Amino acid sequence: MRSIFEQSRAGRRGVAFPRLELPAEAWEVAVLPEGLRRAAPAELPEVAEVDVVRHFTRLSRLNFGVDVGTYPLGSCTMKYNPKFSEDLARLPGFAGLHPLLPQLRRGGLLAQGALQVLHDMDLLLCAITGMAAFTMQPLAGAHGELTGIMLMAAYHRDRGNAKSVVLVPDSAHGTNPASAAIAGYKVVPVPSRQGVMHPDDLKPLLNQSVAGMMMTNPNTLGLFEPHVKTIADLVHGVDGLMYYDGANLNAILGQVKPADLGFDIVHLNLHKTFGTPHGGGGPGSGPVGVVEKLVDFLPVSRVGRRADGTLFLDYDQPKSIGYIAPFYGNFGVILKAYAYILALGGPGLKRVAEHAVLNANYLRVRLSARWPLAVDTPCMHEVVLSAAESAQRHGVSALDVAKALIDFGFHPPTVYFPLIVKEALMVEPTETESKENLDELVAAMERIADLTESDPESLHAAPRTTPVGRLNEVEAARKPDLSYRGACFG
Amino acid sequence: MDFIPHTDQDRAEMLAAMGLESMEELFAAIPPELRARSWELPPPLGEMQVTERLTRLAAMNAHGLTCFLGAGFYDHFIPAAVDAVIRRGEFYTAYTPYQAEMSQGTLQAIYEYQSCVCRLTGLDAANASLYDGGTALFEAAMMAVRKSGRQRLVVCSSVNPIYRVMLRSYTANLNLELVEEDLSDPARAAEFIDERCAGLILQNPDFFGRVRDHGGCFAQARAAGALSVLACNPLALALVKTPAEMGADVAVGEGQSLGLPLSFGGPYLGYMAVREPLLRAMPGRLVGRAQDAQGRQGYCLTLQTREQHIRREKATSNICTNQALCAVAALVYLSLLGKQGLIELAEINLAKAAYARSRLTAIPGVSLVDEGPWFNEFRIALPIDARLAASRLIDRGIAAGFPLGRYYYDQPNHLLVAVTEKRTRHEIGLLAEALQAVLEEYPLS
Repeated sequence: MRSIFEQSRAGRRGVAFPRLELPAEAWEVAVLPEGLRRAAPAELPEVAEVDVVRHFTRLSRLNFGVDVGTYPLGSCTMKYNPKFSEDLARLPGFAGLHPLLPQLRRGGLLAQGALQVLHDMDLLLCAITGMAAFTMQPLAGAHGELTGIMLMAAYHRDRGNAKSVVLVPDSAHGTNPASAAIAGYKVVPVPSRQGVMHPDDLKPLLNQSVAGMMMTNPNTLGLFEPHVKTIADLVHGVDGLMYYDGANLNAILGQVKPADLGFDIVHLNLHKTFGTPHGGGGPGSGPVGVVEKLVDFLPVSRVGRRADGTLFLDYDQPKSIGYIAPFYGNFGVILKAYAYILALGGPGLKRVAEHAVLNANYLRVRLSARWPLAVDTPCMHEVVLSAAESAQRHGVSALDVAKALIDFGFHPPTVYFPLIVKEALMVEPTETESKENLDELVAAMERIADLTESDPESLHAAPRTTPVGRLNEVEAARKPDLSYRGACFG
Repeated sequence: MDFIPHTDQDRAEMLAAMGLESMEELFAAIPPELRARSWELPPPLGEMQVTERLTRLAAMNAHGLTCFLGAGFYDHFIPAAVDAVIRRGEFYTAYTPYQAEMSQGTLQAIYEYQSCVCRLTGLDAANASLYDGGTALFEAAMMAVRKSGRQRLVVCSSVNPIYRVMLRSYTANLNLELVEEDLSDPARAAEFIDERCAGLILQNPDFFGRVRDHGGCFAQARAAGALSVLACNPLALALVKTPAEMGADVAVGEGQSLGLPLSFGGPYLGYMAVREPLLRAMPGRLVGRAQDAQGRQGYCLTLQTREQHIRREKATSNICTNQALCAVAALVYLSLLGKQGLIELAEINLAKAAYARSRLTAIPGVSLVDEGPWFNEFRIALPIDARLAASRLIDRGIAAGFPLGRYYYDQPNHLLVAVTEKRTRHEIGLLAEALQAVLEEYPLS
């Protein structure tokens, strides 16, 4: 589709800001000296409001979202995003609130509603995970991971521990090792057996240099780690800390609390577990919770309550790791998750986990006749299939299956992850998909299995129903074209 | 209330298909001793009750305060079309565009956003966004460390203090040296820029609203083999000499001023742009143009081998989720304003701030701290503690500015005042009158 730049015509305007009100002399001084001015104007498009609205409406129609159809992208939890919370985040009392207002003397009194949201969320997330306290500041899941590892480092520094290693299972999300590395740790991978971690594989890796271990549970194969408590005891035995990657908390809401499994630090993805929209890649929100012994290290500020019942921001935390975000997190996202948790309540959250697991196992049972499972056991909220056989026998890879699903009107599952499964297809239906939707997905996958045998070529040519076919990514990376270089037209 | 569509019959059929009798059996893989012993959460509410509760909480926050508070985060007007676009479900209920064929909307929008950031900064390549200005500054600093193999970061004390405390927190475990000095005088900067310096980090307009040419400092950095990083308010770039023109290698900053609400601190938008040679060292997602087998033009995520999902611990950053929807909002905003509109808006900001400056400095006892030029913010010295003055002005319905004593202990009487296009001549007059009245209550000893 033509870019917004190509639709530009010199002199055309979208929104105008008329020059009003000021005395003439104010305009005269409002000129930067020549040496500080940019040589030429930034060549932004010149378009009318109607052009802008049509351009982006047309672009939106080239996109697939949860509002369009089933989006079983494993690990990403693409559940339905309620609409009412969108309205609530836009209430002027929230959307118009300056983050520095509470830092003015008595300004905190003018933001009591917002502080109440943060305070309530802290308590709710503690009740959900069993942790002692939460910071709402991390701006995404990976940012929560980095915060968590910084907390780990602060704990060891405080205790005079010389630690240099973070253990990460081979099935982990790439963000785990990357976060540990950015926080200054060496990453040592832990192998898994039949998709789960075994204490005997961990023991040889444990020594006094281990700062902690990062675990996702259920893990990225959608399996609950049965030895988690033993593993936690072993890690604690070398004064290591257990980190819980909350990417898959949606599977165990109301069933299990990470604190009971021996975890010391958890991050949650509000945009996965608590139904806030993914925004085409963000914004997310990644609050971090800790057990009692780590509370003093949480980032500043924290919401406290005064004797008179009013809330305030507490900056007096000498052991804190400091500031990991400018203010109090992605407040607009936190607000939507808050509305979601209030609406569902305890029983609703429990139903989320039950139906997420029900849907995934239903798909497992229905699909496994035609698509081999990565690990042939009941799963939790997602099921990982392997296209290794179809790739070997018929030349139909996981990517081919994914692209074929697009033509059936589905967003594909996550492919080639977890890395330990060959030709992985990671399917996470979420609890908000009905049985009919799942049956249609199964029918599409069965049809693709048929085509794998009868007409594999047709699958290589998929997708055919989209505005573009498979793009040449190798060429795109070899000669990157990352911005529009042409002039604006007109 | 929940969003689960299953009927009793659905559940029965699904359980039967897998040979189970109860939902409880679905969790058989979890050892019984690990099951939660309590689940103390509130009862469910209807949409109406939640709406009532949050509406009440929203009303407990100050609205109707006249806002001269800035300090890097500004009360700008947002045209309605911005929200109309980003509320389309096709945009906001999608995820990262891994499947390019069904994500051309997000991908093309991000490509156009990247193009706009390049045009504003004058640099060669921009990423698809980072979380906020502060984390973008940290990512730029880490790029400087990686590229130079050096351990010292030199940061000017007029870089937003919030970003500087973030940088301190992030580098605490990294064996890096952080030098924070007033480098507004290039001669002084020379003391710190040598072969040990990984990167020089400056801001323009700086935290005090001053517009300067940092070309001299950056030339020194280049000669010393250090990376030059400039944090900029993108709205100011409509007028001000670009990071590229000043010789910066990396531009970063907070994109909130481009059509994002203040929203009590987020979600905001970190932008980053670099010179071409730094492209493959850049963190974050990148969208590039590509062709399909039939020669049709499209867009896809590219240069992914830098990223965590491929490189794991060797990635340029751990970032995964970014601020895509905020980047789309910024693009819509920039498209609506356009080439001329953004310039005019920046000029209005400049002029209104100039007018406020003239009004405020006419008050006995109030003086300017700095010499110009400024953009839309400036600091004034008061005869009394600025926190006290600001607190008294809140009683009069005005958020008068940011008292600098909070971050600069030697500036207890300094107030940082921001004036955007939203502040009317009348409101500026009210601020001046209210400040004068407050100061008159505290006669100078």
